[in-house]
Amino acid sequence: MIGLGHYLTVAAILFVTGIFGIFINRKNVIVILMSIELMLLAVNINMVAFSAYLNDLAGQVFTLFILTVAAAEAAIGLAILVCFFRNRGTIAVEDINVMKG
Amino acid sequence: MSFAVFAFYLFAGIAVTSGVLVVFARNPVHSVLWLILAFLSSTGLFVLLGAEFVAMLMMIVYVGAVAVLFLFVVMMLDVDFAELRGGMAKFLPVGLLIAVVLLVQLGFAFGSWEASDAALSLREAVTPDPDVTHNTEALGNVLYTQYVFPFELAGLVLLVAMIGAIVLTHRKRSGVKRQDVVVQMYRDPETAVDLVDIKPGQGA
Repeated sequence: MIGLGHYLTVAAILFVTGIFGIFINRKNVIVILMSIELMLLAVNINMVAFSAYLNDLAGQVFTLFILTVAAAEAAIGLAILVCFFRNRGTIAVEDINVMKG
Repeated sequence: MSFAVFAFYLFAGIAVTSGVLVVFARNPVHSVLWLILAFLSSTGLFVLLGAEFVAMLMMIVYVGAVAVLFLFVVMMLDVDFAELRGGMAKFLPVGLLIAVVLLVQLGFAFGSWEASDAALSLREAVTPDPDVTHNTEALGNVLYTQYVFPFELAGLVLLVAMIGAIVLTHRKRSGVKRQDVVVQMYRDPETAVDLVDIKPGQGA
């Protein structure tokens, strides 16, 4: 029988994969954004798994909100990326230093 | 092995494998395609959990909108992705170390975790019997009553994101002929019409 722990394991592996992706693709902003999407997906799996096993719909409602924020974040992030590429002709992370950060 | 167990391992395996391939794919276009596969298989996991509405929403929002947006941007930008992959081997050990440490920590947390006795009485919105009220209807019943303000707020977040994305990427190009309604409305015959007095017999 598939229990809560199985789903939590899948979500944990996906989340760690996302973090790992941020580390090894440190130069490519697009893959970093995709890794963040993977981490948000893992959080969503956790939310829905707990919602199903505690019989509480609040988890699924909050999954919808996480989905909204993830979509907004992807849209804004990619818009910034396109804008930056237009101005500087690169998307390498180490070249993003206009603000001296 | 029942069908549900088989389906769980199938979807979980595909999700994890494609998640890893998102990170390791050489071509970012392949990364996006693996990301779509990861989303689709986790949609299957959601269906197995009985969250059909969230599953279909994930499919529409993530696969239909977010992943296609990524695909557009990857294909639009003329970037040498091979150059961006340099240094991957340099960060591999530290990334692997942090990933393993985090995974072990999460394993400990999940291994020793158990629900409090009071958890069942603290539930915000108890799921009704799925045989009586199906998932979409039950979700709508709480989303539009108990969670209506967060729901409106989510709409506002999307509006701000939409306006922000348009403002960021919109550019004014010179040399493009555009219709300016205000200028058109403020034209009057004195500036627009030029009357020329032509003598009889001289017209072309």
